[in-house]
Amino acid sequence: MMQDSPPLIALQGITRVYGQGEAEVRALDGVDLTIRTGEFVAIMGPSGSGKSTALNVIGCLDPPTSGRYLFNGVDVAGLDRDQRALLRRHYLGFVFQGFNLLPRATALENVELPLIYKGLSRAERHDRAMRALDQVGLSGRSHHDPSELSGGQQQRVAIARALAGAPDLILADEPTGNLDTHRSVEIMELLGQLRAKGGLTIVMVTHEDDMAAYADRIIWMVDGRIARDTPTARGKSHAG
Amino acid sequence: MLVETIRLALRAIARNVMRSILTVLGVVIGVAAVIAMVTVGQGSSEQVTRDVAKLGTNVLMIRPGQNTMGPRSSVTSERPFDLGDVAQIIRDLPQVETASAAESRQMVAVFGNINHRTTVQGVGNAYLVATDWPVILGRSFLAGEEQAGRAVCILGQTVRETFFGAANPVGEKIRLKTMSCEVIGVLDSKGASSFGTDQDDTVMIPVRTFQRRIAGSTAVNMIYVAVREDVPTDLARSAIETLLRDMRRIDPGEEDDFNVIDMKQLATMLTGITDVLTGLLAAVAAVSLLVGGIGIMNIMLVSVTERTHEIGIRLAVGAQARQVLAQFLVEAIVLSLMGGILGIVLGLSLAAAAARFMAIPYTPDPLVVIGAFAFSAMVGVVFGYLPARRAARLNPIDALRHQ
Ligand SMILES: Nc1ncnc2c1ncn2[C@@H]1O[C@H](COP(=O)(O)OP(=O)(O)O)[C@@H](O)[C@H]1O
Ligand SMILES: [Mg+2]
Repeated sequence: MMQDSPPLIALQGITRVYGQGEAEVRALDGVDLTIRTGEFVAIMGPSGSGKSTALNVIGCLDPPTSGRYLFNGVDVAGLDRDQRALLRRHYLGFVFQGFNLLPRATALENVELPLIYKGLSRAERHDRAMRALDQVGLSGRSHHDPSELSGGQQQRVAIARALAGAPDLILADEPTGNLDTHRSVEIMELLGQLRAKGGLTIVMVTHEDDMAAYADRIIWMVDGRIARDTPTARGKSHAG
Repeated sequence: MLVETIRLALRAIARNVMRSILTVLGVVIGVAAVIAMVTVGQGSSEQVTRDVAKLGTNVLMIRPGQNTMGPRSSVTSERPFDLGDVAQIIRDLPQVETASAAESRQMVAVFGNINHRTTVQGVGNAYLVATDWPVILGRSFLAGEEQAGRAVCILGQTVRETFFGAANPVGEKIRLKTMSCEVIGVLDSKGASSFGTDQDDTVMIPVRTFQRRIAGSTAVNMIYVAVREDVPTDLARSAIETLLRDMRRIDPGEEDDFNVIDMKQLATMLTGITDVLTGLLAAVAAVSLLVGGIGIMNIMLVSVTERTHEIGIRLAVGAQARQVLAQFLVEAIVLSLMGGILGIVLGLSLAAAAARFMAIPYTPDPLVVIGAFAFSAMVGVVFGYLPARRAARLNPIDALRHQ
C-alpha cells in the first residue's frame, strides 16, 4: 500500500562537488537513494566518504551540484530559500555532528529555538522543550549553557532540539558519538518509541555497528557512492 | 511575530553583554562628544553676540600710535593725548555724545589687612556712559571731584566682594599706593570680557586723580568716545580723524600718529574668531563621531563569525532569512537607541556643566542633537545589519561552518 504514495526521499543521480580544478572534491558522486516514510536508515562508511554531505543535501542545507532530489514527491530544486526554510521548519529535525548549539543560550532556549519559528506560544514552547529535555534525561540541566555541559550532555541537548519540533524526518549525524553505551541505547530506544507512535522517518550516520543494528537498513558509502544497501535483521523482520 | 522578534533581539542583547555594551558605548561617545562640543561652541558664539549687543551705543577707542592692534613699541615716541584733547573732541564734534579719557594700571589695593591686586582705572563719568556701565550703589563722580582730582573711588563687584562681602562699602576708605581713597559707589556686575578677563575686578577713580597721584603725568593714552545714536559710526570716525590730524598738525600725505578703533568692528572680528573655534570644535566632534562609529563597526565585524554561525543554526532549524534579519535589525536599533539616549543625556549634561564653568550661555541645538543621534544610530544599524544580511544569504551549511 506504501507503493502508491511517493517515497519521502528520492535522490536521483545526486552529485555534490566542492572546489574547482585541482582542488575539486566529489563529495557525492551519483547517489541514487529512496527512503520511504517510517523507515530507519543508517548510513555507514569510512571518514570522508560523503555521509555528512548526503545528510546536508537531504536536509536542504546544501544544494546538490547536479541530480534530482524529490521530497515527498516535490522537486526541491524548484523551491526558493524561504520555501526550503519552511520545509526544514515543518518536516525536519537535525542532530549535527558538531551539535551546533547557540553558545550563549541555555539548554532550554536551544531546544525552544525551532519551536519559536514554528510559531508556538511561550507556554507551549516551554512545555514541549522541557518534555524533550526530559526524554534525553536533561531536565535538571535546562538552565545550563552549553559551555557548562559535557560533550555527551550537549549531544543530548542537540537530540532534544531535533525531537522537540515533532518532525517527520530526523537527520542525525553520529548522534551517539559522544555517549556511553548505556545512554546510546536509551537514545535508540527513544527513537524506536517515537517511530512506533507513527510516521517518524530517521536517517542516521553512525560508525557503530551496535547502533546501526537499530535501523531497518544500512547504506554503505565509499567515495561519494553507495556501495551497498542492505536490510538489517530488524528490517527483515519488519518487512516479514 | 513582531513581538517575538523584539523578544528574540532583547534576549540576544542580554546574552552578548560585552558586545552590547561596546556597541552602546560607541554610540554614546559619538553622540555625547558632538552634542557637548557643538553646544559649547555655539554657546561661546552666543556669548560674543551678546557682548556685541551689550556695547549698545557706538563706541570708538582712540589711542596714540599707528598700530591698530598688538603691542606698541614705545609710548613716548607716540605723542600721547591730554585732557584738553578730550575736552576739544566733546566741544568741537556734534557727532560725539560724550568722551572720556581712560587710563589704567595694575596695582595693589588695600582694605584693612586684605591686599588685592586689581586694575585701577582713571576715568570720567562719561566713560561709564560710553560703556553702558551703571553705578548700582552710591553714586558716580561729582563734577567737582573730577575737576579737582579728589581721592574718591567706585568699586567693581569683584573688588567690593573681596573687601566688603555683601556689606555696603560706601563711605569706607581703601588705599591705593599711598593714597587713601573714599568709596562713593559700586558698579553693576559686567562679567567676563570677550577675552575672558574679569571686568568687575576694577577700581575707578577720576582721571585727574589718576594722573596726579598714580601716573605722575598728564598723558592720556586712551580716549573712549560715545557716538550719538543717530550718527553712523564711520562718519563720527572720520570727523574725529580730521579733527585730531588738525590738532596734532599732521601734514596731508603723512600718516596718522593715532588710531581709532571701532568697538563694534572689534567685536565682529571676535565673532569671526569664535566661529572658527566653533568650526574646530565641530571638526573634533566629527572625529569623535567617526571614532565611535569605527568602534561600533569593529565590534560588529569582530563578532561576524559568531553571528554567522548563529544565523546558520537559526536557518537550519527553519528560520527564514528575513526573520533572522529582522531580529538583528531590531537588536541594532535597540542598542543604537539606548546609546543615543544615553549619549544625548551625557552630551547635554557635559555642555551644561561646561557652560556654567566657562560662564557662557547654554544653548543646545535640537538639530545637532538629532543629527548626532541619527548618524550614530545609522552606523549602529548599518554595521549591525550588513554582516547579518551577508550571513543570511549563505547556504545554511556554509553559515554553520563558521565557528
Ligand atoms: N565545504 C567543503 N569544502 C570542500 N570539501 C568539502 C566540504 N565539505 C566536505 N568536503 C569534502 O567532501 C568529502 C566528504 O565529506 P563528508 O561528507 O563530511 O564526509 P563524512 O561525513 O563521510 O566523513 C570529504 O573529502 C570532505 O573533505
Ligand atoms: Mg561526517
